[in-house]
Amino acid sequence: MKDEDFFWEGIKEDRLLFQKCSDCGTLRQPPGPMCPSCQSLHWAPHAASGRGKVVTWIVSAHPTRRDAPPPRTVVLVDLEEGVSLISNLQGIDPKDVYEGLEVEVFYQDFNGLKLHQFRPVQKGSV
Amino acid sequence: MQNILDKTAIVGIGQTEFSKFSGRSELQLAAEAAKAAIDDAGLKPSDIEGMVTFTLDTNDELALQRCLGIPELRYVARGPFGGAAASATVHLAATAVASGAAKAVLIYRAFNERSGKRFGQPMVDQSGYGGFGSGPDFHVTFGLDTPAKIYALWYAHYMHRYGVTSEDLGRYSVVARANAATNPRAWFYQKPITLEDHQNSRWIVEPVLRLLDCCQESDGGVAIVVTSLDRARDLKQPPVRVAAATQSHQIGGNIMWDYYRGAKVQYREAQSTARQMFASAGITKDDIDVALIYENFTPIILMALEAHGFCGPGEAKDFIKDGHIALNGSIPVNTHGGLIGEAYIHGVNNILEGVRQIRGTAANQVKDARHVLVSASRSSMILGRA
Ligand SMILES: [Zn+2]
Repeated sequence: MKDEDFFWEGIKEDRLLFQKCSDCGTLRQPPGPMCPSCQSLHWAPHAASGRGKVVTWIVSAHPTRRDAPPPRTVVLVDLEEGVSLISNLQGIDPKDVYEGLEVEVFYQDFNGLKLHQFRPVQKGSV
Repeated sequence: MQNILDKTAIVGIGQTEFSKFSGRSELQLAAEAAKAAIDDAGLKPSDIEGMVTFTLDTNDELALQRCLGIPELRYVARGPFGGAAASATVHLAATAVASGAAKAVLIYRAFNERSGKRFGQPMVDQSGYGGFGSGPDFHVTFGLDTPAKIYALWYAHYMHRYGVTSEDLGRYSVVARANAATNPRAWFYQKPITLEDHQNSRWIVEPVLRLLDCCQESDGGVAIVVTSLDRARDLKQPPVRVAAATQSHQIGGNIMWDYYRGAKVQYREAQSTARQMFASAGITKDDIDVALIYENFTPIILMALEAHGFCGPGEAKDFIKDGHIALNGSIPVNTHGGLIGEAYIHGVNNILEGVRQIRGTAANQVKDARHVLVSASRSSMILGRA
């Protein structure tokens, strides 16, 4: 059993889950067995809104692998709940990305493996 | 903080040639370098009581002990992680000597990192793509499958924040290769580059790292002997004092995926090691004559220069442009060519250069070098005269 198993179970159901400390309420990522703020072992999964802002990004293109999908934009996203997450950014040319770009999560199946992905927040969407 | 490490000294250094294909085992590289370091010190293998290397080193201490005919080891330790541990080796060895745990400690790092397992190749095993491996993880699965990409993601943040361009990075590569060009031990001996060469080299991670922003992949071995300063005075070489040595591992950090600790445009670990060492050695950055900085990729040089206070935040690109880090500059950096120009022996070759600068025997000797910084960012030391 791994500390992050709950996260990937959540992704399978299109849910972005983070550990929330049952004692002090702190969210944490990456997952771990103990709350870094109060050392509590008690936690419950907390579903995040999936909205956040781009902190930094690169294009992952080289070296390519035989099984790899086309170049992907890799982003570090600060979610509005205050935790950070690595993902891919789709729907925008990497040259147009900027720090602070507002993004939202979606989920995509890659050869049977579902992963969280991000895209720029659509105008008018909530 | 009371400084007891400055009663210890580096008394011997040894190395193999640095190459792309050593043609022999990693253990043989370790044994050759170790023998050379012990000889350099004027000691016998039986004088060695402790051994220190990296957690990542494949050479078992007991196998090396057998090669060298060392009857008994009383102290064995390994520094954490990868290159960030480069200077931790001396920290661990000096701590053992200062505490009395071992009278003389051998440090070694040896690998066939080019002809054998190459660190720069993509990590496929942990990826969920394609159905092999152990399922998804938080980094590799999304395309952070090489050290270049992993580090580029946070270097990109620094570059965006301060408007650092590819040319700004290239100016460091030009310095490193100029220093290597006049260092016969360097792989790139007599092979300097121009900024144009740098700009024409292919993208490894666009728009952050070009080929000439990346350290080499190398085969080779290096070794160091640490003992007490008192004993050092009777040995073959002029003693090189461990004026200060320390480590910093900050909460939220990770071996490479260092994205969860905030303040990504500052190198907090390097800021902390600098603060600790200047305080314990009783000196300032103005007393440092040579700075040897672990550079897996060029951007770390800029961040490390700022973290040590050689220039202010965001000023490193202009500091380099103004010539400060060249051999004749105010703070010469990586006088041997660094991991880009000399070789990638995981940063431990930088310590050998530090020793040579203090002894006065470096290929590119900085006149009257009294204090040399050897920073691997999370572990660091200052070497000085006895
Ligand atoms: Zn808590």
